[in-house]
Amino acid sequence: MTAVGWILGTIGPPFLLLNGVLILVTYLTLLERKFAARLQSRVGPYEVGRPHGWLQPVADGLKLLLKEDIVPTAADRAVYNLAPIVFLVPAFLMYAAIPFAPRLALADLDLGLLFVLAVSSLEVVGLFMCGWGSNNKYALLSAMRAVNQIISYEVPFILVALVPVVLTGSLRLQTIVDAQAGLWFVAWPVLGQVAFAAFVVTALASENRIPFDIVEAESELVAGFRVEYSGMKFGLIQLAEFVHLFGVACLGTLLFLGGWRGPGPAFLGPVWFVGKAVVLFTGIIWVRWSFIRIRVDQILALSWKVLLPAAVVLLLATAAFVVARGGGG
Amino acid sequence: MPETAERTTLDYGYGGSERLVMNMGPQHPSAHGVFRMILTLEGETIVGVDPVIGYLHRCHEKLGESLTYVQYPSIASKTDYVSAMTAELCYVRAAEQLGQIEVPRRARYLRVGVAELQRVASHLLWLGTWCMDMGGALGGGATMFLYCFREREMILDLFEALTGARLLYGFHQVGGTRYDLPAGWTVRCAETLAHIQRRLLEYEALLEGNAIFLARTRGVGVISPALAQEVGVSGPLLRGSGIAHDIRRVEPYSGYDELGFEVPVESAGDCLARYRVRMQEFRQSARIVRQVLDGLPDGPISSRPGVKSVAQVKLPKGETYARIEGPRGEVGIYLVSDGATKPYRMKWRGASFSNLAVAGHILPGHKVADAVAILGSIDPVFGEVDR
Repeated sequence: MTAVGWILGTIGPPFLLLNGVLILVTYLTLLERKFAARLQSRVGPYEVGRPHGWLQPVADGLKLLLKEDIVPTAADRAVYNLAPIVFLVPAFLMYAAIPFAPRLALADLDLGLLFVLAVSSLEVVGLFMCGWGSNNKYALLSAMRAVNQIISYEVPFILVALVPVVLTGSLRLQTIVDAQAGLWFVAWPVLGQVAFAAFVVTALASENRIPFDIVEAESELVAGFRVEYSGMKFGLIQLAEFVHLFGVACLGTLLFLGGWRGPGPAFLGPVWFVGKAVVLFTGIIWVRWSFIRIRVDQILALSWKVLLPAAVVLLLATAAFVVARGGGG
Repeated sequence: MPETAERTTLDYGYGGSERLVMNMGPQHPSAHGVFRMILTLEGETIVGVDPVIGYLHRCHEKLGESLTYVQYPSIASKTDYVSAMTAELCYVRAAEQLGQIEVPRRARYLRVGVAELQRVASHLLWLGTWCMDMGGALGGGATMFLYCFREREMILDLFEALTGARLLYGFHQVGGTRYDLPAGWTVRCAETLAHIQRRLLEYEALLEGNAIFLARTRGVGVISPALAQEVGVSGPLLRGSGIAHDIRRVEPYSGYDELGFEVPVESAGDCLARYRVRMQEFRQSARIVRQVLDGLPDGPISSRPGVKSVAQVKLPKGETYARIEGPRGEVGIYLVSDGATKPYRMKWRGASFSNLAVAGHILPGHKVADAVAILGSIDPVFGEVDR
């Protein structure tokens, strides 16, 4: 009996979290498709699960599972097969340290933010493995771009994410949210908005979303690093991108949008949290379906010449503000 | 002007093994059909281009020799299938020029009207696909693409009401046109034009108000006036390079001399200039169509009877070259007749073919991402390139 209890206690919460995130993210794809359709004066998925195609994500998943799995003869088999998993695992690991409500997190780490950022930037390894293992020129170019871009943008991304840390004096995500009890950081005059805008831009870039999606770049590199993947491996890569993106949206919610804070009783906290993250995610989709892509050299120039200096200045300004106010929170 | 137009290659001094030869096409999302470019890359920079064409070759010139003057016009539309009206028009004009066949005034006006509507439809398709080249099929480019298709659909509906077909029309015949306007068509056409012109303002706000769009197009793929003349580009490419050459103006046909319009010119020669030229051409075309609708004369639509037999048109011995201004530039046909019901020899001068020749000169030095943007701004239709 104790063994069953131990298993339930240890495996239960991660199991629930993983599947919860999985289902949520699966339906975010439907949200994206419906949203894009609305933007483009189309209907979007409708027939599979009438009305409004609510079974479409399930159908997509089934289709990918049933598809033939193709491995190119010239591919580096070990790297090629491992890459989607290496790509997916860090994306899910991010959620381990993300609190959905007070004390509702798998791990309440004192260095929570650091853990999330570190795990988040691991995606580049899986991405490069995809590109390298495929042994395809498009994939290789894409992997090169990915390494260039992600490394360039992780730096300003982390610097911007440090702004709330400087304001609260803690890397613990719960503390950061608690510090926003009065006023969300995004509502702080000037500083908050600039930091939030910079966070969204750098997040878009380090997540390879349009307008910074040169890694995928289907009009140049066909599908970039995942051009050779088919079936469920492709599905895993696609899933990992969505999971990762939603993870970053969660992080943005924690750092700037007050986490689970909102009107109503405390048990609504997780609802508020997920709701805010979904709104942020929708904003990212909106950008995706409105902008065209920038070129690789322009992306790098933007990072090193504009965003990095701006992020440093922002961080210094925040520090100066904290000193002037008299000590961190 | 340079003496020879050798293929441009650049050397950044990396040498052999650093170079990557990448095959783009013929199966590629941005191949605009079936174009193949063998790119030599140093990092992301293109140092050499080897364009390969011919994947869509359908022996059009041989077809022209084996089909009669009655049969071929509807096949001619398959060369430039995005602009079928102008392709047909070019063929029937060549035949009329050779046979000195008079075209009634109403038919001339109808021809101009459909040709200009076709220009609008073709430019809409160009705008949509070009944005998709730069913005991706899963992003803002696709949004622009669908907007453009929504408007192009309205013109296709007009053509459907006129000819019964949506892509390849068979509207023109030697001596005039095959169909007259159905009831209510002019009103619908005027409404469509007004609608599209309103939408154009939205597109311009969406694109030109976007710093990324400007960064991707300004100074990219510059064609100098000298290079443009050397290679023989025509249409919006030539006018985007500052040369005000438009066959509708320099050699008016089908009554273009009776209509008022401007020839938009931009001097920069880059992708943005070509975009601006085409955006102005939308408006000029709409202006021409409005004049046609307002001033449409009464009378017969053809100087020759309707089609009863495929061999009913016989042209005298001789040869001629007829050219028109298609949406992509100068479309010409060289026709040799030996006095029979079929041409002895026929040669197409496709605008896309000559325009595409410039790609090998301007691509080196640009990034891979620019290659698709530049190719899109050239607006090639591979039915016309390969024929």
